[in-house]
Amino acid sequence: MGELLVFFNFYFVPGLVLGSIYALGAIGVSLVFGILRFAHFAHGDLMSVGAFIALAVVSTTGMDPLYAIPFAIVGTVAFTLGIDKVFYKPFRDKSTIVLVIASFGIALMLRSLILVSWGGEVQTYSVGIVRPLVFLDSIRIAERHIWIIGLTVILMLIVHWILTRTRTGKAMRAVSDSPELARLAGISTENVVKATWIIGGSLCACAGVFIGWDTQLQATMGWDLMLPIFAATILGGIGRPYGAMAGGLIIGMAEEISAYAWLGDGPLLSPGYKTGIAFAIMVLMLIWRPSGLFRGRVY
Amino acid sequence: MDQLYGYLNYAMFLMTMAGIYAVMALGLNLNWGVTGLFNVGVAGFFAIGAYTSAIFSTEETSKHIGGFELPIGVGLIAAMITSGIIAYFVGRICIRLRSDYLAIATIGIAEIFRLILKNEMWATNGTRGISNIPRPMEGLVQPFGPIAYMIMVFAIVAVIYWLMERGRNSPWGRVMMAIRDNELAARAAGKNVERLRIQAFVLGSMLMGLGGGLTAHFFKFVGPEATDPLLTTFILWVMLIVGGSGNNRGAILGCLIIWTLWSATEIVTSQATGDWATRIPFMRMFLIGLVLQIVLQKFPGGLLPEKLPEGRRKSNDDGG
Amino acid sequence: MSILSLNDITAGYGGDAPILHGVSLSLEPGEIVSIIGPNGAGKSTAMKAVFGMLDMRGGSVVLDDEDITGEAPEKVVARGVCFVPQTDNVFPNLSVEENLEMGAYILKGPIDEPLSHVYDLFPPLLEKRKQAAGTLSGGQRQMVAMGRALMLSPKVLMLDEPTAGLSPKYAQEIFDLVLRVNAAGTPVLMVEQNAKQALAISHRGYVLVDGHNRHEGTGKDLIADREVAEMFLGG
Repeated sequence: MGELLVFFNFYFVPGLVLGSIYALGAIGVSLVFGILRFAHFAHGDLMSVGAFIALAVVSTTGMDPLYAIPFAIVGTVAFTLGIDKVFYKPFRDKSTIVLVIASFGIALMLRSLILVSWGGEVQTYSVGIVRPLVFLDSIRIAERHIWIIGLTVILMLIVHWILTRTRTGKAMRAVSDSPELARLAGISTENVVKATWIIGGSLCACAGVFIGWDTQLQATMGWDLMLPIFAATILGGIGRPYGAMAGGLIIGMAEEISAYAWLGDGPLLSPGYKTGIAFAIMVLMLIWRPSGLFRGRVY
Repeated sequence: MDQLYGYLNYAMFLMTMAGIYAVMALGLNLNWGVTGLFNVGVAGFFAIGAYTSAIFSTEETSKHIGGFELPIGVGLIAAMITSGIIAYFVGRICIRLRSDYLAIATIGIAEIFRLILKNEMWATNGTRGISNIPRPMEGLVQPFGPIAYMIMVFAIVAVIYWLMERGRNSPWGRVMMAIRDNELAARAAGKNVERLRIQAFVLGSMLMGLGGGLTAHFFKFVGPEATDPLLTTFILWVMLIVGGSGNNRGAILGCLIIWTLWSATEIVTSQATGDWATRIPFMRMFLIGLVLQIVLQKFPGGLLPEKLPEGRRKSNDDGG
Repeated sequence: MSILSLNDITAGYGGDAPILHGVSLSLEPGEIVSIIGPNGAGKSTAMKAVFGMLDMRGGSVVLDDEDITGEAPEKVVARGVCFVPQTDNVFPNLSVEENLEMGAYILKGPIDEPLSHVYDLFPPLLEKRKQAAGTLSGGQRQMVAMGRALMLSPKVLMLDEPTAGLSPKYAQEIFDLVLRVNAAGTPVLMVEQNAKQALAISHRGYVLVDGHNRHEGTGKDLIADREVAEMFLGG
């Protein structure tokens, strides 16, 4: 029983938390992949932007990072729409590669802005140790973990609602299926694109704040998550936001529980190689089933 | 007089690094410009080359494997061979992937290499890296040592340039470009597309490994973070795009321009004082990124757009 | 006065040689008109000319007395010309009903009326309305595709090879659908490979060869024409 508790407290819950963060990032990447048709390399750094905007708010007002989230969302979405207008829109109907290269450049530009503004040192939202909440005398969960997981569930439900109940959401799915047919139906691709960036940017902001809240902030925090997030996107299937949710959770969970002592004394996999798991899963998918678990697009 | 000496030294340093980047840019041009492979894993092969050459040429020590104390030439060749072999296996797995998938996969691979180099401390000394790497001709009296190294790098660039130009204009090169422009047609003509692409991938990666080796010997040190891998990859891509992808001369020109820009900005930012002193240098990265965006939007072909071999027209993007 | 007319169109793609050379055709109110011809004759290209998707070198496209030459697809759709392409003509991951909703995307108000009108035309769709369009059979998918295009009660319905890849029996089902749509009041302009069956339900037809007008006449006349029969009605 004790082992089970240890597993739950120190591996399972952190796995859910990490998985939630990956999922939020992957939903955005999957939507952009499906609708704008390119791998958005700057997605991680947009998460960093969200986290640092929240940091600015937290450090000037002293409020809880939780309440800084709306500010982070507004700021990140503004950045995202601006970047799209100036740097991605000119390539709207051009080859994918140009967009990938441009987004690679944007990633570095965003990072350098953060570095200039805050420097390269590690930062945190709050100082001091926060004691975890204790349930039933044995389940220990940090309060912020409950928030992160809970808010992620809510965000996923909101995304689901948008995609299935709103005109714009359905139009997004239509464009993702076939941009040419969408045009013939009179759907405004620009509106759909803007909606995609607004949703993606908002999710980035939340994911960024979550990871900063859970661990710490650093200029490369977002970029470092790009590999697992891409892996989650591919695992779930390109253009499949629900697949991305599942993919993110699976990879986050896999990374955390790989450190558990499944066999013998030490961790199954040395913690230094955690990112390797995401990578291995991704390569496996690309070789075995590139369309992902939920049969997304392969092109 | 001292100041002049300082400037000359700096100029040599700049030219040597530009030369090393030129070696890698020629490799990247082979991957991307000629064959259309979107290889973002530059940093990985760079690191492999650097470490291999270091391991082959350093003295015995408990911190990392090695102790062969072989001549630097052997180290560099070993660097190329190791990069090539690993590129071969990577290529076997990834070569079929479409452009942005290949980008993601190659970045992942570079990341994995970095992790291995960082974690396998018994072999690589982990984050502390390998030091005391011998540099050729360092025994020579200053300033002839650095001059000699620079000339060596230039010679290597010249040889590789010549090889690349020969390759590009050869039947092999023409097939590569045919595959890049119209894969279906090439396949229909019976070409083994995968095998040829892997060849290009391997050769290009070997050059990146060579670049890594040359850097290791130049700085006499190599570590997993020493040459900010992401920056290396990014700057190399910007060099190729600015100079003109598909064009070997463009690749070299791009290196000169961007490396000079990069170094010039360092001079400017190093003048900053106070609080900003540590932070303003990061604007250099921003500037390079901005240069990239401007070039992508305004000069998509680069400064020296691709000059196609005689008798070929680039096929249109939008088919009839 | 025709609802839609293509007048002396010379057009192609990008910088390449033109595909259409002085092609003219028209669609009168209430008609079904078929465009037939050998492969590569430019039939589908003629359709794309209406939607401004070509590089126009000469000629004009007139809808209801208004010149719409070269207008972007979204504008042409807003004017009431709806098009069902040959492939990729449904949104496979959207449900039947969602597909139809997308057809009415540009409508501001409620869409209950157009929706029930389409379900009346194609009853099987009502039953399957929650099903993903990609999981339907070929014939049902064609219903969704046409239904989507009819949501705006268009002035003209354009179909690009609606029976491509279908067996003669299913093809006939599709032609029956076309008749039904036309009977409910929509003129139809369609490109078809199944020349005989198409002409059989058409008021008039045009034969295009190598981007030129070759023959023109009523459906019956063209079927009976010896030259046309030789070209591709044989068998």
